[in-house]
Amino acid sequence: MTIVLNGVRREAPAGASVLALLETIGLAPGRVAVEINGRIARREDFAREPLRDDDRVEVVQFVGGG
Amino acid sequence: MKTDRLTIAGTAYASRLIVGTGKYPTFEVMRRAIEASGAVLVTVAVRRVDLARRDGESLLDHLDLETLKLLPNTAGCYTADEAVRTARLAREAGLSDLIKLEVIGDEKTLFPDTEGLLQATRTLVKEGFTVLPYTNDDLVVAKRLRDAGAAAVMPLASPIGSGLGIQNALNLRFILEEIRDIPVIVDAGVGTPSDAAVVLEMGADGVLMNTGIAGAGDPVKMARAMRLAVEAGRLAAESGRIPRKLHASASSPIDGLLR
Repeated sequence: MTIVLNGVRREAPAGASVLALLETIGLAPGRVAVEINGRIARREDFAREPLRDDDRVEVVQFVGGG
Repeated sequence: MKTDRLTIAGTAYASRLIVGTGKYPTFEVMRRAIEASGAVLVTVAVRRVDLARRDGESLLDHLDLETLKLLPNTAGCYTADEAVRTARLAREAGLSDLIKLEVIGDEKTLFPDTEGLLQATRTLVKEGFTVLPYTNDDLVVAKRLRDAGAAAVMPLASPIGSGLGIQNALNLRFILEEIRDIPVIVDAGVGTPSDAAVVLEMGADGVLMNTGIAGAGDPVKMARAMRLAVEAGRLAAESGRIPRKLHASASSPIDGLLR
């Protein structure tokens, strides 16, 4: 299946969880927030939240700012 | 009245100075500047993880979260919806309800869209956020934000990053006179420590700055200067300054002068 991750379409294993996606891209789950199709994915659900074909996934983190 | 405590929504923070984490030359300079500033509340922005360009270094590796408290912002948001969305993501990433709410209405001045700001404040307050809105130096808007449930109001002194100091002292004075039940934190425009001192002397509960420190030639030294200015300004506000007089009044006694 393909998903759109931070605006870029990419391949992902069918049924992969949010946690699996984060591991694939090398991000610690404790430091990011994830939105799937405009809805917040709760951190405690990362392991059991499956991604579906064509999902639009946003992964954000804190950066320097005022 | 506690000199060095800023209380927001029932939580006391051990500094009246809130600092940003943007625009520093390096994370190490940022870390040392924040330490020198004595600030405990530090603002951060929420952005997409750049998957193409990741060097493994993250802002949070350089912030001591044992002593610092993150204040995420909604900088760069131009509508209430964008700001609300960003706030929700920030809460999920930071596990805290604190949000510095920005809804920008003009690119050149970064002045707030106060209509969007009010709308987003109402939504986020309903969702349990502790909302700290960055707003204009406009008393009527400040009152509406307070009535909408904002935990503080944060009027600008002058445009973000401009370093122009207080451009409209009268407007700030009106806000400080009227908004007494929640903190007034002057946010944006402070260029130099005397600006910060004046803000606190006028009676503001706190001051928030980023560029004034991060953009200085020596950010660590400037951070300490800002800390001292904030403390000096607050002590002065609590001390009761002398009235201004037109003519001189001798400090040394007239009696006993040699004639």
